[in-house]
Amino acid sequence: MKKVVMPLVIVAVLALIPYIGVEYAGLDYLFGVIMPYTAALVLLAGMLWRMIDWLRRPVPFNITSTCGQEQSLDWIRQDRIESPSKPWHAAVRVLSEVLLFRSLFRNNKAELRKGPDLVYGSHKWLWLAGLVFHWSLLLIVVRHARFFLATLPAPVAWIEHADSFLDVTVPALYMTDAIVLAAVSYLVIRRLLDAKVRIISLQTDFFPLFLITAIVLAGISMRYLTKVDIMSVKALGTGLAEFSLDAPGEIGALFYVHLFLVCSLMIYFPFSKLVHMGGIFISPTRTMLNNSRAKRHVNPWNAPVKFRTYAEYEDEYREKMKKAGIPVEKE
Amino acid sequence: MSQYLPKKEDLTREIEERPGPLKGDFAQKEWWEMPFEFREGNFCFPAKPEVIEQLGFPNPRKWMPTDEDWKLPDGWEKILLDGMKERLKKYRSIKLYLDTCVRCGACVDKCHFFLGTGDPKNMPVLRAELVRSIYRNDLPMFKRVLRGFAGARPLTVGVLKELYMYFYQCTECRRCSVFCPMGIDTAEITIMMRELLQLVGVNNNWILAPVANCNRTGNHLGIEPHTFVQNIESLVDDIEDVTGVTVEPTFNRKGAEILFITPSGDVFGDPGVYTMMGYMLLFHHIGLDYTISTYASEGGNFGFFTSNDMMKKLNAKMYHEAQRLGVKWILGGECGHMWRVVHQYMNTMNGPADFLDEPVSPVTGTKFSNAKATRMVHIAEFTADLIHHNKLKLDPKRNDHLRTTFHDSCNVARGMGMFEEPRYILDKVCNSFHEMDENTIREQTFCCGSGSGINAEEYMEMRMKGGFPRANAVRKVREKHKVDSLVTICAIDRATLTPLMRYWNPGVSVYGLHELVGNALVMEGESKRTEDLREEPLKGFEDDEEDDEA
Repeated sequence: MKKVVMPLVIVAVLALIPYIGVEYAGLDYLFGVIMPYTAALVLLAGMLWRMIDWLRRPVPFNITSTCGQEQSLDWIRQDRIESPSKPWHAAVRVLSEVLLFRSLFRNNKAELRKGPDLVYGSHKWLWLAGLVFHWSLLLIVVRHARFFLATLPAPVAWIEHADSFLDVTVPALYMTDAIVLAAVSYLVIRRLLDAKVRIISLQTDFFPLFLITAIVLAGISMRYLTKVDIMSVKALGTGLAEFSLDAPGEIGALFYVHLFLVCSLMIYFPFSKLVHMGGIFISPTRTMLNNSRAKRHVNPWNAPVKFRTYAEYEDEYREKMKKAGIPVEKE
Repeated sequence: MSQYLPKKEDLTREIEERPGPLKGDFAQKEWWEMPFEFREGNFCFPAKPEVIEQLGFPNPRKWMPTDEDWKLPDGWEKILLDGMKERLKKYRSIKLYLDTCVRCGACVDKCHFFLGTGDPKNMPVLRAELVRSIYRNDLPMFKRVLRGFAGARPLTVGVLKELYMYFYQCTECRRCSVFCPMGIDTAEITIMMRELLQLVGVNNNWILAPVANCNRTGNHLGIEPHTFVQNIESLVDDIEDVTGVTVEPTFNRKGAEILFITPSGDVFGDPGVYTMMGYMLLFHHIGLDYTISTYASEGGNFGFFTSNDMMKKLNAKMYHEAQRLGVKWILGGECGHMWRVVHQYMNTMNGPADFLDEPVSPVTGTKFSNAKATRMVHIAEFTADLIHHNKLKLDPKRNDHLRTTFHDSCNVARGMGMFEEPRYILDKVCNSFHEMDENTIREQTFCCGSGSGINAEEYMEMRMKGGFPRANAVRKVREKHKVDSLVTICAIDRATLTPLMRYWNPGVSVYGLHELVGNALVMEGESKRTEDLREEPLKGFEDDEEDDEA
């Protein structure tokens, strides 16, 4: 399974680079300051460029996927989300895709039985794993504000509090840590054990899953097992947030592994399928209104096309038309 | 039975026994290493040179997909790659849909062609990957890195052949796009690929011959004006035989209130003609001031399966003719892809239609505000409004000889969003209507397996495989509710579901919605109705029996 092994090897190499760099070459500054700035710049500029690159391309036709009843006669109930006719309908549609994975919730599983007979069963696992995976990652990222801000904003504190309410370990276990590991395991295992998904999976599908797993594992072990100097981490983080160029203090190498893998993810982001994070907001089949007959959609490159006019048609068939009693323009 | 069609037992065995990912069998190869083979029954014949010449398309020649050498023009790789670049600039959708797929697998078991063939390359994600792999290869600096890592590969003759095979095993039905969390629409990619393949003369005669005909004579079948009129007049005679009523359609009549356009299949094809009879009975019943054009005598638009320009060129006739005749608005008959084009493309391509009025029903006064810009109303919207206002005298018992189910046509469902109107009508014109399983209707409806211009005779084997999920759902509703009639609002469906039912579910007949309306309409001055429009006996209205008292 080259497509599984290769990404694993790449992640392992990526993890070794900062370890060796910091432990043996003393490159703390490179990995602690230069890399994070570079990665942040690549991520921001890259995603900005991707979004602009998409948005400057025209949408010539209204191609809404209508998954519900169109707005038509007054007494027929319109499905305003699945067949939106007003901007707020489409906004709800897109946001429910982004926040709740609405379309994925429809997922079902087809099975071919003897007969032959096709049956469709409910199959929400991908939706559930995908949803908790993304939400956990978001909460984890938000929680990391602690390392970048001198005073913690209240919402972040609430999230931290809620995330750790189980309080079963010392320090208190963050549920999102456990959930993200469970979800990522499901997503990896599914790619291996579902024959259909295994065929479609590429190295580039396993790589971010492995990379995120490695980041989470490094993070978890710093929190619960191999402690690093948390004060130095915070000093570095707040410094970065203030665009400081000060050298980091003495922090364990594991931290640099964690940080470098995060930087790798950030750099990888705009050049990979991870751009779906931006793309989902502008997918024409979901963002457009199903009002194409009520309001003319304009195609900026709509060029005239020469078609066969009625006059040309009549010229060819005039005699036949007259014989058949069809009215003609010219006798 | 067609020479291109395997016996049902053989195909059943093939579906049941062939290993594949649908059954959980792991592939021993990566998808790009999997072989494919053109053989009789799995390709549509390429366009004849004279058809290509008539259309002014590139590379007219005689060839077959089974040939080793496809006689491609010099520099065909560049033509395709440049063409792709150009289209990526013109369509945000294509660029976005090539970039943002995460291969989550939600679509893998949603395509009717995958469910019917078991071929992994019919999983929507892999169909798109066929293109993405070339697209990614086009970034020179990452080339070597990307090949293995991101699944990139160079464009070779083998890849071109693969594209030809699998982009004609997609019917642009958009079922996968319903399930995709990114909203990726494979139809967008298929539309582009088919347009690109035209550039090097890799094409389909079943699409291009109707396109050439439609351009010249106004309809797919190449029917000249006098024959067109004759045929409708023979339907008028048939109506008179069954009902005793003489309907009086007019042709190319200036000053009519409404121009009626329907697919030419309704004028010439069985069972479409019965739907045509239904329309004419309806229009007579309400005294509609309408006319039919011999010039714009085609609702369908196979240009949609050819190229953007060709779609626009054929569609332009509708507005051109409406303007010439000075009608107020256009009424469109039952059709699938016709309505995708009319609903989502027509006004953009050939509008604005300022010379028409905003459509108002002359019978009920209802303003069709949802069609106020395009100014074309769907017959199901029109009829539902009539029934809702009690303007039709209907006797649903006249359809008691039918036990119906309804097939949502892909384009009307997922490219227009019309679900309730046809059901409302069906409910009012017949007494027995049962839905198929919920995962096979409405926005999740399955294609007939032959849409998007692949309903060629020589493609029968693939069509029966692609239509299998639809047929399977019909079989189940039949077992449960003794359904024997499959009602649809699409001319292609009427043409393609008929052989599909004959093959998988013998005993199930295919009906147009307005055929049932025609059966149920109580016409003024009609003779005693004992037969439906197909001249089959009505249950409870037999000649020698006394009428059942209700």
